Amino acid sequence: MTDVLQVEKLSAAYRKNIILNDVSFTIPQGTLTCIVGPNGAGKSTLIKVLLGLHPNLSGDVSFFGELLKNVKKKVGYVPQRGSVDWDFPTDALDVVMMGMYGQIGWVKWPNKSHKEKALDALRKVGMADYANRQISELSGGQQQRVFLARALIQNADLYFMDEPLAGVDAATERAIMAILRELKKEGKTVLVVHHDLQTVEDYFDQVLFLNRTVVAHGAITSTFTANNIKKTYGGTVRWLKEGIGIVHSTI
Amino acid sequence: MSDALSHAALPGVVISFLIFQEKDFFLLIIGATISALLGAFLIMLIKSTTRITSDTAMGLILAVFFGGGIVLLTVVNRNSNGNQAGLDSFIYGQAASMIWSDVVITTILAATVILIILIGFKEWKLLLFDPNFAKGLNLSIKGMNTVYLIILVLTIVIGIQAVGVILMSALLIIPPVSARYWTHSFRKMMWLSGLFGGMAGTIGTTISALGSGWPTGPFIVMISGLIFLLSLFFGAKKGIVVEYLIFRNKKNEVLKLMPPAQIVREGKR
Amino acid sequence: MTYSAWILLTASLVGISCGIVGVFLILRRMAMMADAISHSVLLGIVVAYLLTQSLSGIHMLIGAALAGVFTTFLVQWLHSNNVQHEASIGVVFTILFALGVILIATKAGNAHLDVQHALMGEIAFIPWNTVEIPMFGDMPVATLILLLVLAIIILIIGLFYKEWKITTFDSALAASIGIPVLGMHYLFMTLVSVTTVAAFDAVGAIMVVAMLIAPAASAYLWTDNLFKMIVISSIFGILSAIAGYYFAVWIDSSISGSMAFATGIVFFISFIFSPRHGLLSNKIRPSTMKS
Repeated sequence: MTDVLQVEKLSAAYRKNIILNDVSFTIPQGTLTCIVGPNGAGKSTLIKVLLGLHPNLSGDVSFFGELLKNVKKKVGYVPQRGSVDWDFPTDALDVVMMGMYGQIGWVKWPNKSHKEKALDALRKVGMADYANRQISELSGGQQQRVFLARALIQNADLYFMDEPLAGVDAATERAIMAILRELKKEGKTVLVVHHDLQTVEDYFDQVLFLNRTVVAHGAITSTFTANNIKKTYGGTVRWLKEGIGIVHSTI
Repeated sequence: MSDALSHAALPGVVISFLIFQEKDFFLLIIGATISALLGAFLIMLIKSTTRITSDTAMGLILAVFFGGGIVLLTVVNRNSNGNQAGLDSFIYGQAASMIWSDVVITTILAATVILIILIGFKEWKLLLFDPNFAKGLNLSIKGMNTVYLIILVLTIVIGIQAVGVILMSALLIIPPVSARYWTHSFRKMMWLSGLFGGMAGTIGTTISALGSGWPTGPFIVMISGLIFLLSLFFGAKKGIVVEYLIFRNKKNEVLKLMPPAQIVREGKR
Repeated sequence: MTYSAWILLTASLVGISCGIVGVFLILRRMAMMADAISHSVLLGIVVAYLLTQSLSGIHMLIGAALAGVFTTFLVQWLHSNNVQHEASIGVVFTILFALGVILIATKAGNAHLDVQHALMGEIAFIPWNTVEIPMFGDMPVATLILLLVLAIIILIIGLFYKEWKITTFDSALAASIGIPVLGMHYLFMTLVSVTTVAAFDAVGAIMVVAMLIAPAASAYLWTDNLFKMIVISSIFGILSAIAGYYFAVWIDSSISGSMAFATGIVFFISFIFSPRHGLLSNKIRPSTMKS
């Protein structure tokens, strides 16, 4: 298996607060990885830094062995649902078509075939009937499915999804997971920021424990252990302090 | 909000002049207060009943009220019997046109505002910081917000004569923003902000008296702008220079913290 | 063309330009930036005048556009230095405006430039100041400039329509697929500045704010489709301009003030009667659909 994402010694800060420190990991192709960690652990920040939406202090990131700007079309992103204004005057189909704006290119307008593709994507997430519905009239779960359809249409090889399962109904959760598994089957790679430890084992095959830095990372079967959970969520502060202590003694 | 309200005060001033046909400071102030409060009410109504966001609602009320005020002002000027002069000064501010009784009224109103703030000091603090908790303590949020709105409008109305409706918001915004750079304490911030505002007023008015026909408002605003710039760069708590030093230290810290990889990843697998 | 026809045409051009730009302005939550820019362009115009000693349209346009971008830049910079967005707007434009007024009062006092004119505009004088256009005949300068600006607006908004849409709706996604979000932001603010200053002569800086915000906000209550919203907003802009003109003629008052007031009336009617988001329809059919 080849690695589609390599992160080396990444660190980032919001003003005075260091959010990520010395984050290193690699993601092999065709995996379904969830990123878990307590609030404020830097999960969303990690995705933003990887995608170049937030500056990093140090470290290197490579996608498919290249810089992001050379392979932008192979990378898809699903932001948090709350990050956009759902009162925006547009319908579901139009939002899905936004996923193709990168492929369509500057100046050109979307045409019929793009519309067809967008409808197809909506069908895949079970939202074809809502294509012309104003987006503020969709439920939270339906909005999330529209976002997912928009990501599918990007036809990327590597997807980043920020809390796609947060606050959605059971039907949507099932629909989303079915699609994620489908993507995996097609050899695509998905990174999901996740909040629900209960479902980690059922839904994903890799887990990355994050709390300012990578606490543990690997296959669910070997890594999703009580010990690692405790390290990430419980013994956070102590672990960090010990880390720093060790560093100082070696320098 | 302050910008919208100070613009919204204009039609009230003119209407009150149209009704009473005299330039009585007190009557004009009442007119200004009513129309500013009406503006505030409309902003909240639009915000709460439609999907229009608050900044749009504010810009809308600001422009429409000001437009209405200008229409009325030209009507007044046309029917003028000579004593409307000075209404214009409500737009740009002309402290020099104030007479003794205006000063008295302004002083009384200003003292009232300060008193209301001081009496409920800790309640205001709570309201600003954690309104839900304040509710739990049986404080009436709605009541306090209303009182705040009223003193805000009062403050705007008394400031208009000096700096005009357009620049009034500067006096409400710039001093507190500057003060924030010097302290983390709410009380100190309030006193400092008052001090900055007072300084800007005194110095600005003095300068504007040096030239004939120099407007007061813009000079007051420029002085407070100067204070702001100084605070922005050299403020002891959040100034850019201080922040930069902290940031540089942090960065060095991070670089130093980059340990041999195996130590940090001892938790891995 | 007759005197009134020129005025109505000019005012309608303002209505369309502001109507189009206004839609994106309010969807980007930048309404107060319009207020800020409309004030700080004064400084740009004064500085342009002091540097060139001429009041020609093109110098003013450039000076004002630069002032607008400068304002945007300062607000952005303060915001990135931990000042709240609203507060940074308030700080920046009041200071720049004050500086402009002071420069006029102390340096340019005897020029044709006065604050009154800049803020209120006087559309009534527009038809007197004409240039000759080949094959066409005389045309007021302000009208010509507005035509050019409208063409630029339609070109820039039309060419990058989908880019504007995506950066407005979801800037994170836009950035992730490689659209220069910040660059688009500055481009848009330049557009707002240019519109503001072109409308300047006609309706004055303050009234531009009304024209930018109110028609777009009204249109927002009538439709859920971005393109329709732009069209409706432009129509409302024209309507307000025409209604405002006749109202002003009727009561013999400030034309620009009355146009601003007319935009308020249009909004008020939309606010009450709009079928989907209006006050009446909300009373009749409580919004159960809204999440």
